[in-house]
Amino acid sequence: MPAAPIHLVPIYLPNHTTVLAQLAPRLEQAFATSVVVRASRFDPEGAFDGSRGQYHATALLDLLLGEERDARVLGVAGVDLFIPILTYVFGEAQLEGTAAVVSTYRLDNAIYGLPKDDRLLLDRLTKEAVHELGHTFGLLHCRRSQCVMHSSTYAEDIDLKSARFCTSCDPMAGPGRK
Amino acid sequence: MPDKQASILIVDDETSVRDSLLHWFRKDGLRVGTAANATAALQALEQASYDIVLLDIKMPGMDGMELQARIHAIDAKIVVIMMTAFASVDTAVRALKQGAFDYVTKPIDPDELSHLVGRALKERKLEDENSQLRETIAELSSADFIVGDSPAMQNVMALIRQVAETNSTVMIRGESGTGKELVARTIHAQSPRKFFPIVPVNCGALPDSLLESELFGHEKGAFTGAQFRRKGRLEMADNGTLFLDEIGTIPPKMQVDLLRVIETSEVMRLGGTRPVKLDFRIICATHEDLEKAVADGRFRHDLYYRINVFSIRLPALRERREDIPALARHFLERLARQMDKRVTEFSPEAMQKLLAYPWPGNVRELANAVERSMVVCRGNAIAADDLPFTVSGGPAAAVPGTGSLAEMEKVHIAATLVRTGWNITQAADVLEIDRATLYNKIKKYGLQRSPTDASGSGDPKPS
Repeated sequence: MPAAPIHLVPIYLPNHTTVLAQLAPRLEQAFATSVVVRASRFDPEGAFDGSRGQYHATALLDLLLGEERDARVLGVAGVDLFIPILTYVFGEAQLEGTAAVVSTYRLDNAIYGLPKDDRLLLDRLTKEAVHELGHTFGLLHCRRSQCVMHSSTYAEDIDLKSARFCTSCDPMAGPGRK
Repeated sequence: MPDKQASILIVDDETSVRDSLLHWFRKDGLRVGTAANATAALQALEQASYDIVLLDIKMPGMDGMELQARIHAIDAKIVVIMMTAFASVDTAVRALKQGAFDYVTKPIDPDELSHLVGRALKERKLEDENSQLRETIAELSSADFIVGDSPAMQNVMALIRQVAETNSTVMIRGESGTGKELVARTIHAQSPRKFFPIVPVNCGALPDSLLESELFGHEKGAFTGAQFRRKGRLEMADNGTLFLDEIGTIPPKMQVDLLRVIETSEVMRLGGTRPVKLDFRIICATHEDLEKAVADGRFRHDLYYRINVFSIRLPALRERREDIPALARHFLERLARQMDKRVTEFSPEAMQKLLAYPWPGNVRELANAVERSMVVCRGNAIAADDLPFTVSGGPAAAVPGTGSLAEMEKVHIAATLVRTGWNITQAADVLEIDRATLYNKIKKYGLQRSPTDASGSGDPKPS
């Protein structure tokens, strides 16, 4: 059975038309399924935490799911995300669920005072998007440093891994789920 | 051995914090438990074991500081990391002094949390390995080895080599003092389990009530006086060998429990609700006639069949008299080192006396006799009078009638040779045979002069 389609939802994402148009084919390749940008408007304000000035990633997942039942949903945010105990997260996903969210906020070289690099940003976004969607397929963090399911806590860590699953993580490769 | 799944317990009164961390650590492949307060945390720790506890300091009811102390009392190996929303140097210092592994302020940077938990798991693993290595070193440094060239002991050594590599249960039989524990330790040391502990339990030395908690361990509060959770001997032997000495003395109820453990490889601590999966090899020893105990109904036949898989019978010392000189010298050398005494040999008379004694207490009695003689000995050599026993009649008369005529001849010739310091002419005179006959007999019985035998004339050593 082919995997459910993936719906992309922009959340305050700068240049979202261009960025999502570049991201979609990369995700289609990784998960061998169709990827579409959701047409309806999405209101993320219910997940905003005024005291932290950040968006609560887990709350965003609940909002993203909405009425959707037949697709995987990936929110792609331009704003900073957090979960209560941590200062920030690059993304969040439901383990073996259908919703995931990633943020470009800390993937952008510009916030570290470095020259802007759109190509690097897209690479990092692709890896984190594949990583978070991988969790919705039930995948856990992988010890292999090259595997996209390897955990990254710095933006530079993301650059060290590839955008691919290792052979034992690949959700398209049959029952070898971890 | 594959890595065990690491586990973490999150204790925080805020649901959102518990949920966040639960999902975060699950994605890292950890087994995660959560508790909203101290009572729930203590319950969780009773139901399952955890490597790490991530603990909020400020909670309604019992606070994190007090809970940390309680956790430490239950299992000092659990790594506790304290969290707080309100950083203060005082609480940090208190927590660390109380034994917390680290102290973090909420919210935590994701990289800090990953590193912290990584370090904590490493610490936990190192500590486990360290305690296992300590036990192994303690065993290795106190290890003795089996002495004896007699055919009977060579046979025992062959059986040990044969069974050591396997995972078979071994039953060692033999009179008291024949070295059953030493054989068990030798089997363990030659087995693939050698890097894990061998845990001895003397079933006969413990009262029934203690034996149960000694073997199975107990949870905190399982009975009056059980103030801490305690691992039983069976759990301590995980991955290693459990040596059950005097198995014949185990009371009937314990026989049932032990049989169940052997069949399921699981133990339940006293007062516990959760079985613990174990992997160990069992070596048993007894001086009793277990078959008779089974026939009399004192020992369960099903347990008997379970443990009597591979049997090694140790000969009594009187059945291998030819090993006495080597054994006596072995104890002499070891004790001389331990006591820092310059005693290097036995006088010929002392050796003759050792050879003539029947040794009802076997090798243990011999070791004790040598030790006592070392204490009273005043020169370089142990004299016959230093030995704490008397032998009636001559050496031949003292040899009990268990051996064959050839055996008695061999022992008598060996004793005479020792007494004469391997002076062949003198020994042949004493034995009233000619030198050629003596040479032939020496060859026939494979007698050999040891370097520590009293020196005699320049007679050549038989090859």
